[in-house]
Amino acid sequence: MDAIVVEELTKYYGDLCAVDHVSFNVRRGEVFGYLGPNGAGKTTTIRMLSGLTRPSEGRALISGYDVLTEAVEVKRRVGVVPEVSNLYDELTVWENLKFISRLYHVPRAEREGRIRELLEMFSLWDRRGKRFRRLSRGLKRRVILAAALVHDPEVLFLDEPTTGLDVVSARGLRSLVRELRGMGKTIFLTTHYIEEADQLCDRIAIIVRGRITALDAPEGLKSKAGARYVVEVELSREPPQGLLEALRRLGGVETEGLHLRLSTDRPQEVLRLLPEEASKAGLRLVSVRTRGITLEDAFLELTGLSPEVMRMEKGGG
Amino acid sequence: MLRDELEGIYAILIKDLKAYYLKPPNISWGILFPIALALAFTLRNPQGLRDLAPGLVAMAALFGTTSMEAIVVTFEKRVGALERLFMAPLTHTSILLAKVLGGAVFGGFISAVMTLLCFTLLGMRIPHPSLYVAGLSLSLLTLSALGALIAFSVREVFEAQTLSNYFRFPMIFLCGVFIPVGRLPLPLRVVAYMLPLTYTVEALRASTSSPVHLSPLLDLVILTFFLVVFLLLTHRAMRRVFD
Repeated sequence: MDAIVVEELTKYYGDLCAVDHVSFNVRRGEVFGYLGPNGAGKTTTIRMLSGLTRPSEGRALISGYDVLTEAVEVKRRVGVVPEVSNLYDELTVWENLKFISRLYHVPRAEREGRIRELLEMFSLWDRRGKRFRRLSRGLKRRVILAAALVHDPEVLFLDEPTTGLDVVSARGLRSLVRELRGMGKTIFLTTHYIEEADQLCDRIAIIVRGRITALDAPEGLKSKAGARYVVEVELSREPPQGLLEALRRLGGVETEGLHLRLSTDRPQEVLRLLPEEASKAGLRLVSVRTRGITLEDAFLELTGLSPEVMRMEKGGG
Repeated sequence: MLRDELEGIYAILIKDLKAYYLKPPNISWGILFPIALALAFTLRNPQGLRDLAPGLVAMAALFGTTSMEAIVVTFEKRVGALERLFMAPLTHTSILLAKVLGGAVFGGFISAVMTLLCFTLLGMRIPHPSLYVAGLSLSLLTLSALGALIAFSVREVFEAQTLSNYFRFPMIFLCGVFIPVGRLPLPLRVVAYMLPLTYTVEALRASTSSPVHLSPLLDLVILTFFLVVFLLLTHRAMRRVFD
């Protein structure tokens, strides 16, 4: 049985369709990425799958339990790391985890041992007596993750887990996600960081304006983009139409000021043609770089959205 | 399972008491508010205040239950902490009951302080203690459910406070706290009988053997009716928050 089954799941807020008939399955033990820009419907999907918000249409099952009719059973089986660190400021780390363990009906005999195990796993043992509000943002995220695991859930929902974290904390959190995957947890991860999805996920669904536009393994998405290489060029001045026409015969071309980006399966031909055409147009090549296609390129090809726009919307990556 | 739900209610109640209600500023307010109120009346008119005592206890219950609870619920709603409760494997009813109990326990503490002061300063006596406990407990739950309804119906803390005052101040003047309901003009008397605090004051007055207009049993039945209505309306307001 799949850990998550989603069929035509839809959510309307008034006239706005936040999630528009999405369907997918998540296998047990899989890290499933839900990648999309801000406002694409990622958080709304998690809220519906975790039993927090009622779907308007469609169906979703978590470990075989319906999120609409068996919400309490669903909640027993999932752990959620929301985008905001919403534990209780006035309680200590230990008190917060103890409260959550009671809320999730962890047997009394197992409670303290389980909390200790998690605090040690997340290097929080020394900070167990500290009030939640006194922790750094990175430490708060770790406590939130520990809180989501205190009842040993089958499925873990991580909503933008590294947003707002510094580089070191984000890296630490990603390695924790890898550890959890090693423990066999099914992980549903929403992110707007393309690299993060590429590094962590077995499969990725790309969601734009509430609809899934592509779903595959990272390598599959890259191959769907239609080209295997990218040639990035910086020119001495803006490229004339003639040069662009010549290059379009070899692949997809995009320009931004003095920069030119060409997705192609024939990089050697591009490298041969480029100096000739530049010389004809009276241009100088400032730099040329050839590389394999990344998930970011594939995202760009498949959605038409700029990865830069994704980063800007969330305040930088 | 009922046991899981009860455990969840208890966990939320203890968490709320620890994180919010039993903070030193609230405890001191809970003690000072009744002292100030009781002293003000004693100094103004030390004679014949025994009749006023049940009304003062009712007023302490009203402010005790609704004031902090509105802050707690709207604050948690704002910072997303309330959402954490809704993520847990608990029914909405259990979460609501836990929140209502939190307000009722805090209101009970303030009412207990006021009762003690009325005993010592105003000479209040309670010949029917079981009626006093039943009337006060039911009132605390009902008024706390009203506080929850207000808190779940608004977004901001100040909105909750403003809306609470729309209910609280008319209740103080119409529900027999200072002026017996029987002495009010007919239109105001009709309004008074539509407000829960009237039945709190009546039940408490009956327990102190003061003159009353209604049977104490009827007071308790009507308070229970208000409690059920407020709980149902709050339950609906809660669903709207997360849908």
